Amino acid sequence: MDLSEINFAVLVASLIVASTPLVLAALGELIVEKAGVLNLGVEGMMIIGAVAGFIVGVETGSAYIGMIAAAVAGALLSLLFAFIILIMQANQVASGLALTIFGLGIAALMGHPYTGIKSPQISTISIPILSEIPILGTMFFQHDLIVYLSLISVLTIWYFLTRMRAGLILRSVGEDHDVAHSLGYRVITIRFLAILFGGAMAGVGGGYLSLFRVPQWTEGMTAGAGWIALALVVFSGWRPFRLLIGAYIFGGITILQLNLQAIGVNINIAVLSMAPYLATILALMVISMSRFRGNRGAPGCLGRSFVKTI
Amino acid sequence: MFKLIPRENVSPVLSLLGPLFSIGFTMLVGGILFYFLGVDPFAAIKMIFWDPLMSETFSTYSIPQIFIKGAPLILIALGLSVGFKANVWNIGAEGQYIMGAIFGASFALSLYPLESIFIFPTMVLMGIFGGSLWSMIPALLKVKFNVNEILVSLMLVYVAEQLLALASLGFLRNPDGAGFPGSRNLSQYSSASNSELIMGTGIHLGVLLSLLMVVFFYVLLFRHSLGFKIKLLGNSPKASGFSGDNPNKLIFLCLTLSGSLAGLAGIMEVAGPAGQINIDFNVGYGFTAIIVAFLGRLNPIGIFFAGIVMALTYVGGELTQFMLNLPAAAIQVFQGMLLFFLLSFDLFVHYKIKLKGKK
Repeated sequence: MDLSEINFAVLVASLIVASTPLVLAALGELIVEKAGVLNLGVEGMMIIGAVAGFIVGVETGSAYIGMIAAAVAGALLSLLFAFIILIMQANQVASGLALTIFGLGIAALMGHPYTGIKSPQISTISIPILSEIPILGTMFFQHDLIVYLSLISVLTIWYFLTRMRAGLILRSVGEDHDVAHSLGYRVITIRFLAILFGGAMAGVGGGYLSLFRVPQWTEGMTAGAGWIALALVVFSGWRPFRLLIGAYIFGGITILQLNLQAIGVNINIAVLSMAPYLATILALMVISMSRFRGNRGAPGCLGRSFVKTI
Repeated sequence: MFKLIPRENVSPVLSLLGPLFSIGFTMLVGGILFYFLGVDPFAAIKMIFWDPLMSETFSTYSIPQIFIKGAPLILIALGLSVGFKANVWNIGAEGQYIMGAIFGASFALSLYPLESIFIFPTMVLMGIFGGSLWSMIPALLKVKFNVNEILVSLMLVYVAEQLLALASLGFLRNPDGAGFPGSRNLSQYSSASNSELIMGTGIHLGVLLSLLMVVFFYVLLFRHSLGFKIKLLGNSPKASGFSGDNPNKLIFLCLTLSGSLAGLAGIMEVAGPAGQINIDFNVGYGFTAIIVAFLGRLNPIGIFFAGIVMALTYVGGELTQFMLNLPAAAIQVFQGMLLFFLLSFDLFVHYKIKLKGKK
């Protein structure tokens, strides 16, 4: 075992890549939850994105067309969830679980003929000048397009939620749907759009996994990433920047454990593989302890059905 | 368009019809799916729901199989349903099931080749203990720090799966197994074997226990004050507090109870049909049991029938894989679809629908 074999700059760069699917999926879920809806189907929407993105990517030869397909597939699956909870008033927790079970099944079915195929080539975009900086350049400025897009989305969503009127309306719907309704906002429509956005983002997160990060299709490849994204939203206290930091910490743990496996540290692989999941539990525990009773920052109507009474 | 009017009392007829309609709709949409997969939908649906029960060639094998596959589903779903009633969401039963199996099997295998009549009952208790211990983690975190139990219990499934790999490749690996992964076969260790009760069928103690538990949970939920307290906590947490119940105690109880049952299912499976601890020991019963709990309307008797129906889709699903080359994942889609229809149909159980006249 030789720890000096681990190159720090490369480690940070791969940490960012490992975190990107989580950032994307968790940002989507953040918007959904801010609108007062708890969609536990992130895992299902991610894997649908992963498989649809991969198939379209392989067939068209373009990873970026694949990513668009991933977004569409995630949004389509979320449409099902939106219909069931908004129109049919079904329990959100159970419906989210159903979405995950269903999504995992559909993805396995669709992806079967594509197991073991290589994904199309992707190129990284080196930002001129900045990428030349030693160490920092390798860490931050030699990534693929999606990594930069994920960072831009963090900024955009922060701006949307805190500085825009539309973001305020979205938050008011999540905070108290009855008040928002009596003010004349269309609760169902807004939630519908939020769920669709969440689905597309989860799909993109999944597509990034199968087209960029791994890159190949294997059954059940999300391996809990969707659930970790859900945990990140809680961890962030429903704030975009804290979400990004959380995702990078988490990605760091994943990458570190993979590197330790690779250099053959004398710890069992199974024990190392547990690390990300245990870290998630620990993070949730710390964040819940440090706050006051209850979840500060959680939208008031999170998980509650809206029934139009007037 | 239309308007929803909440029903004062849940319609009993509709709440029974819901699951039946959902099964019907799932057959219909599932049939369309099978058609697109290039399989004759009528043959596939018949093979899933009819042949395991009625066909002369298959039924002698498949009828007992339905009970064997139904037993863990019913056991786990019973435990989960109590929590779901109280709005406590243990969705990590799969992990608790694995831990039950690991704990029980480790105990028994540590005594190998000692023979004693005490080994089997202690092993079962160890299995229950393992499952409840695993569910105690989300329970403690929920009660002490208000950590979301959904996420913690689910994360622990992945941890349990790694422990399973660790056990089958490491500390429980069969020393006489020529280096293959997997533990010694418990069915060849008579003191620890969960052997069949009826010769040639494979029906084991777990099947019997699942039936007994249906009765036990029926009494608990409908004839005991604890059942009332649990339902009260779910329907109105405030009223539950005012009536002097300690919600934390109830939450803790709901989670550990469901963990214990999952652990029991795990030890019964590993000492019986599965035989050994191995990497592929868990097949998703913990997740399917969630569907079973809802299909049975969180009612013990309903869960019994739901478990049988779901086991039927497993057994029938295997037949279609074997005979019609239908992919295994198609059955998972089928099961997910069933849950969607069920949840959607709840609308008609809880609300009356009135068409709005034009103004």
